This record gives sequence, structure tokens and C-alpha cells, in this order.
Amino acid sequence: MNRYPAWKYLLVVFVVVIGLILAAPNLFLDDPSLQIAGGRTVQVNDGTLKRIETTLKSNKIEYKSAVIDDKGILIRFADEEVRARAKDAIKEILDPNYVVALNFARTTPDYLTSLGAEPMYMGLDLRGGLHFLIEIEMETAFQQQLDRYKNDIFDVFKSNKKKKLRARSMLIKNNTIELKYKTAEKRDEVLSIIRSKLTDLQFSTFERGDAFFILAEIKKQQVEEHRSNTITQIINVLKKRIDDKYHGLMEPVIVRQGDSRIVAQFPGVQDSKEIIDVMTAAASLEFRMEHTGYSIADAKAGKALGASIYKERGSGREVLLKNKLIITGQDITHATATSDENGQPAVSVTLNATGASIMKDNTRENLGKRMGVVFIETVKEIKQINGDNVPVKREIKEVISLATIQGLFSKKFQITGLSRAESTQLALLLRAGALAAPIEIVEERTVGPSMGKENIAKGINSVLIGFIIVVVFMLFWYKGFGLLANVALLVNLVLIVAVLSFFQATLTLPGIAGIVLTVGMAVDANVLIYERIREEVSIGNTPQASINSGYEKAFSTIMDANVTTLIAAIVLFVFGTGPIKGFATTLSIGIATSMFTAIVGTRAVINLLVGSKKLSKLSI
Amino acid sequence: MQLFKKTPTFDFVGKRKYAMLISSILFISAIVTLSVNWLNLGLDFRGGIEIELGYSQTAKVEEIRKALNNNGYKGAIVTEIGSTGQNVTIRISEKDNTSKVEVSNKVIDILKTKTDDEFKIRRREFVGAKVGEELREDGGIAMLIALAGILVYVMLRFEWRFALGAITALIHDVGITLGFFSFFKINFDLTVLAAILAVIGYSLNDTIVVYDRIRENFRKIRKGNTLQVTNTSLNQTLSRTLMTSVTTLFVLSAMFFLGGELIRPFAIALIIGVLVGTYSSIYVASSMVLALKIDRSHLMPVTKEDKADSHP
Repeated sequence: MNRYPAWKYLLVVFVVVIGLILAAPNLFLDDPSLQIAGGRTVQVNDGTLKRIETTLKSNKIEYKSAVIDDKGILIRFADEEVRARAKDAIKEILDPNYVVALNFARTTPDYLTSLGAEPMYMGLDLRGGLHFLIEIEMETAFQQQLDRYKNDIFDVFKSNKKKKLRARSMLIKNNTIELKYKTAEKRDEVLSIIRSKLTDLQFSTFERGDAFFILAEIKKQQVEEHRSNTITQIINVLKKRIDDKYHGLMEPVIVRQGDSRIVAQFPGVQDSKEIIDVMTAAASLEFRMEHTGYSIADAKAGKALGASIYKERGSGREVLLKNKLIITGQDITHATATSDENGQPAVSVTLNATGASIMKDNTRENLGKRMGVVFIETVKEIKQINGDNVPVKREIKEVISLATIQGLFSKKFQITGLSRAESTQLALLLRAGALAAPIEIVEERTVGPSMGKENIAKGINSVLIGFIIVVVFMLFWYKGFGLLANVALLVNLVLIVAVLSFFQATLTLPGIAGIVLTVGMAVDANVLIYERIREEVSIGNTPQASINSGYEKAFSTIMDANVTTLIAAIVLFVFGTGPIKGFATTLSIGIATSMFTAIVGTRAVINLLVGSKKLSKLSI
Repeated sequence: MQLFKKTPTFDFVGKRKYAMLISSILFISAIVTLSVNWLNLGLDFRGGIEIELGYSQTAKVEEIRKALNNNGYKGAIVTEIGSTGQNVTIRISEKDNTSKVEVSNKVIDILKTKTDDEFKIRRREFVGAKVGEELREDGGIAMLIALAGILVYVMLRFEWRFALGAITALIHDVGITLGFFSFFKINFDLTVLAAILAVIGYSLNDTIVVYDRIRENFRKIRKGNTLQVTNTSLNQTLSRTLMTSVTTLFVLSAMFFLGGELIRPFAIALIIGVLVGTYSSIYVASSMVLALKIDRSHLMPVTKEDKADSHP
């Protein structure tokens, strides 16, 4: 009755062993370290390493080791103070295009790493992490907004073609749009039409020379709304990008600060360069039809109205595309990196409803014509101007594909013409959406434990002491079975840590809350079973029969209780962000592991030890 | 050791009128204090002021904290920043209508007069309240969907009366815990939010265990009316209910007494939640299903599926 087939015992042993291996790296504390990486213009090599080592030695800064790994140069130190001195010394001698980041390097022995075991991260509240202050280039955002309004005005002209409203010139100047007309009558006619159509703008008129002008400005309220929308949009995009890249296990705190800044904190983050890249990357797509009405030479002579020259990637061939945008990356709701039928890297995209209908109309109207996909990437470089290091930004627009529209398509299609790495990056950026305005990191800092180390030590100690009390209590209350429950509790903790480590999750205080709750529930499952066994014993069943029916009867209760809690945890994970997600992660993991240890684990031990013995009494 | 030598026979069900009264009073009080005081939201939720100071030697964080606490800035959070130990940030919650510049000037005045060490102001900044907005929204939506999910599951596994009962107990527990925080104006930050989420999990777990026994007994015990069966179920699960609460409270008490300032609000939230949750799983959850006129016939197995449930 109380016997398991051999595979069940083996399964338990297997899970426990794997758990121990995966959890073990957490016993090895990380070294404070510096990570030095190159950029687009500089490379890390043996020479760099040698220069750094010489500098450290001449400054009498002791370091544990300095090596080149796949991310650049990694230098380990004994403590954080030495590291801080080393950072200053190194920054002084290196080209500013190198990234020097404060990190914590793993000390996990190779035999564990080779098994794929790595420790879990500690959150900003437990250990510190990265802190960024990000400046949003609001000017650009407003400029883009003006561009959009300019297009709106164009649209008004187009839809009233017969009235011939088109201005002699339409320019964006000092946050205004200026429209020029020959006569006052025409201007007033135009004014009355666009005023009724574009309520976000306010208009004024003036005369200069013999021309009559309309001046359009964005209303103040709209400016404010646009500002706060821009910031919110950027925060959301950054969050999405990070969540996407790190699978939601990192818990960034990204908050608005003032009128044009964002604070981003990354608990326990190792690689600041990667995060900066993900956050600041500004690649997007534009879809434009080819303009066949002019030649390239016409365009160079400035004769091609409504068209611009683009370079084709790879061939460098020049192509003429219409200025009119079909859609942009903003209309893309989902994107994944895949391969096309020829095995070439591709990005498969899904458009939103508006984008899909525009694309459908466009492909219908332009069947047989060629459409260009423009890949826009912003590259940052540091240039020396008059002896100062000045960061310079350059926007690169390349046509990555120019293909004939063979048939109608709308919502879903593929884009080719990029490398594998670019496809992956572009898919991520498209998924998360483009930033509404360019951003720049104006401050980067490593944050010490936010509430002081002793507070953290106190917190963890108190949890440990609480555990010990529970362990003693269980032993006292349920005797032999209590001991078993305690073993299960410990194994459960090991398994939670193992799973968190495996997924490289960040452990934060809310995460610990999840663990505390799970430990409570892990004990609970055993309590449920034991109370049932006691009931069975008290109504006169034999010990073996009591064990069996105790486990069986408690099972559906444990199941229902855990499944309902799991539903709550999963919903919190899917819909929550940051700390809520962290809590939900540990809770879900804990539910799964505690059910395993309490139901299968303890049963296996009981079956193995006493399952085939004749018992007269149970130690419960 | 055993709590009860044999299954106790307390008359829980008979006392449910009083329990209803107590619960109603507590819950209504919670709603009143929440609507009057709302919650003492921490910096995480409402933003605030951040000042960074640079000292020429190691900053005395304790001293700075004490000076601010004794001079009108009780909630001031003083944090060491960077690896040298010479820089600190001071964060102060935003109070309505006070100018941020004024507050930061005041803080600096206090530190200049009440502490000895010289310092430089490295940075003065305002932390916006956006995150709170998002957190509240996301958290609120998540909780609603979670409640709906639980409702459906319990409805499928049990019966709609049980689902309603479980949700009522849940709202009861979370409401009263929030009310406690509101009434005593305890700092409500992200860790407390996590604790509230934990309370949901705990309360649910407790309630389901009791319901499970009620369902089982309805199917098993042929004699006795609804009230008696419910009461027997409560008594049978009583020692488990108390045991689990006691062990969880052990951990929480240790956190409360030894965990330090950071963890205390978190521990308080869970202690209140566990106490209320234990009480509600005995009184509220079962009273609700009784009030909804649960009957043996509602729980009789329709198919063989319940047989399959009881095998691991």
C-alpha cells in the first residue's frame, strides 16, 4: 500500500540533486569588479589590458585578476573601495568611447558553471544596482509633433483640391508653422478652413513684404499633454524593452522625474553596457513607395518634388523614394525574428488595424510597383572638437529592401535584408515600440543598498530565526513526521532558490515575501496531511492505512488550495510590473515546489523507510 | 503534541450572527477610514524630494536620520549612495502645496544646525509621482482579474456559492488589513503592497481548505442538517487552521521584532492579514455560503469526476 515504484524514488532523488546543484552557486559571494568594453569605434584587446594593468600597478591598486572575456576586460577586486579607486585611474587613461562599468563578477567554480548553474540576482533593495538619469530630447518630440501637424494641414489641402488652398511655402520655424500666400483673400479662406479642422492649433496672421502669412502654433494645453504623453510613452517603451530582453525577471524601476527626465534603476545588474544599448537603441522602419517620376539626377538637381534619395544597403545604389510615408514602425504591434523561405534572416511583423488597412489599400493601388523598407538607426560617437569630447549623434537611413508588390497584403508580412543580429534587435525594438523622442543618459551611478546593509542583514536574519522556530515547533508537534516536514521545508527552499537561479531571477524584498508565504504553505501542506493521518489513526485505522488515506484525502484539498493561489499568482505575473511580478514569480515557483516536496517528497521518504514495515504506532 | 485530544465541538455556526456583526463593523470602519484618510502612501507611490549630499568623510547616516526625524521630517529616508560611504541621499515625501525648493532648503538648514559634519549639496531633485499612478493601475487591474479567475475556478470545482464566499472572505481580509494601515497611518510602500498580495494568497488558501472539508462532509455525512455539517467541518479543520496560522505567525513575529525598520510594515501587514484571514476562514467564508442557502444537493457529485480527484 505504501510503496512507490522505483522510478518515483529516482525522480525525487533526481530533483533534489539537480536542485542542490542549481542552488549551490548562491553560496559563493560575488567579487566587486570592473568591466571594460569597447564600442563601435574602439576595441578591447591585449594592449588595452596591458595598459590597464600597468596603470593599476603604478597606482598601487591591488586586484585579484584581470582577464579578457567575451564581454571585454574583467578586473576583480577584493572590496568596493579599491574598485572605486581603480575605476577613476582607468577612466583617466582610456579613450572615453570605452565603457567602464561597475559590476559584480561571479565566483562560481567552473565545475558548477559548466553544469549551467549560476546564482540568482539580488535586487537593488538587497544589494544595490544601476541608477540612470535619462534626459528626453523634448525639442525633437515637439518638432516631430509639428511635422505631423504640417502633414495634417497638407491633408486638408488635398481633400479640398478644387479650392486650390496650397500655400506658396510652408515652413517650420521656431516651433511654429508658417504658411505663405499671395493674397489676403486666399489666406483668409485657408485660415477659416484649417482653423475648423485643426483644433489643436492656434492661428495668427501677419504680412511681410508683399506676402500674407498664417502662423500656426500648438496650443499650450496640447504642448503639456504632448510632453506628458511623450514621457509616459518612453517609460513604457523602456519597460517593455527591458522586460522583453530579460524576460520580465529584471525589475527595473523607471520613473518620471521633472519635465524631461526619467530615472531608471536596475537592481543587481551586471552589465550596464547592455542595458544602455537596449534603452537607447533607436532603430525603426519606414515604408515608402518608389518614386519613378524622376531620375536620380533630377533629384540631385533638386527637381524631384515629393521624393528623396536613399542609399540601398550593401550595394550602395541610390534609389528615389516618395516622401509620403505609408506606415512606420509605430504601426507595428508585433515582430519576431525568423528566417524566410531561403533561410535568410527576416523579421515577421504584424500591423495594427490602422496600419493594416493602410497597407492593404497601398498594395492594391500600387500592385506591380516597388516598395522600399527604410531602416533608420541612430549611431552615437564621441568626437573631439576643440580638444573637448563631444558626443555626436548621426542618423543613418538605409533602404534594406526594395521589392515589387506581387499581391495584396495587409496585417502580416516579412521584411528581409538585415543580418541575423540586426533582425533580432529590430524585432525587439519594434515589439517594444520606438521611442517617441531620442533619449540620452546624463547620469549613471551604482547605487549602494538603499536602506543600509545592516537593515538587510536584520531582515534576512529575522526570516532565518523565524524558520528555526517553525522547524523546532514542527519537530515538537509532529515528532518523527515533523522531522520529515522540516526536511521537506529545507528541500523546498533549496528548490525555490534553484529555480530562481536557473531563470536568473532577481530576488527583491517582495520576492522574499513570496518565499515566506510559500514556506508557510509548504508547512501547511504537511500539516494538512498529518492532521488527516491523525484523524485516521483516531478512528481506529492501522498506521499504514492511516498514512495512505491521510495522503490521499489531503491531496484534493492541497490541490484546490494551491491551484486557486496559483491562478492569483499567474494573473499578478501577467498583469503586474516590477515588484508585483517579482512577488508573483517566487510565489508561483514556490507553489509548484512545495506541492512536489510535500506530496511526493515526504511520501517517498515514508514509503522508503516504513512502507514495508509492520507498524504498531506512528511517530506523529 | 495535539491541540485537541479529539475533534472539538465548538459551536462556530451558532455564533455566526455575532461574527457577521463584528466583521461588518470592522469592514465598514475600514472603508470609512480608507475614504477619510486613504493610505499613508510611501515615496514609491507618491514621489517626493531627493537631496544628495557629499561629505568629506564617511557620512553619519544615523545622525542625519535622527536630526531629520526630530525636526519635522519623520518619514525622511536617509540612504548611503555610491561605494565611498561619503554620499547620502535624503528622500522626503511630497506634501501637498509645499514648494519643493522650500522643503529642501529647510532640510539643509536642519542638517547645518543640528549635525556637525560639513557637507556639499551634490544634487537636489524632485521624484515624480508617475510610478504610483502606474502601480496603482496595474495592481488594481491585476487584482480584479485575479479575483475573476478565482471566482471561475471555485465555481467550476465547487459551486457558485462557494466562489462568492471565497471572494467575500478575500475582500473582507484585504479590506480590513488596508483599513488597519489607513487608521494607524503606517507607511504604505511597495513591500507592504507585496504583503497585501501575500494576504490574498493566504486567505484564499485557508478558505479553500475549509470549503473542501465542507464539500467532502456533505457528500459523506448523511445525517445532520446543513448547519451541523458545516460546523463539524469547521471543527475538523480547526487544528490545521490554527497550526498553519501559528507557524506563519512565528516567522512573521521574528520579522516584526528582529527585522528592522524596513521590514516592519511588511510584517505588520502580514500579521494582520493572517489573523484576519484565519478568523474569516472560520467565520466569514462559511457564514457566506450558509447565508447563500447552501444545500447538500448543491454538492452531490454529478459524474464520477470527484473520484478521480482524490487520487494523487
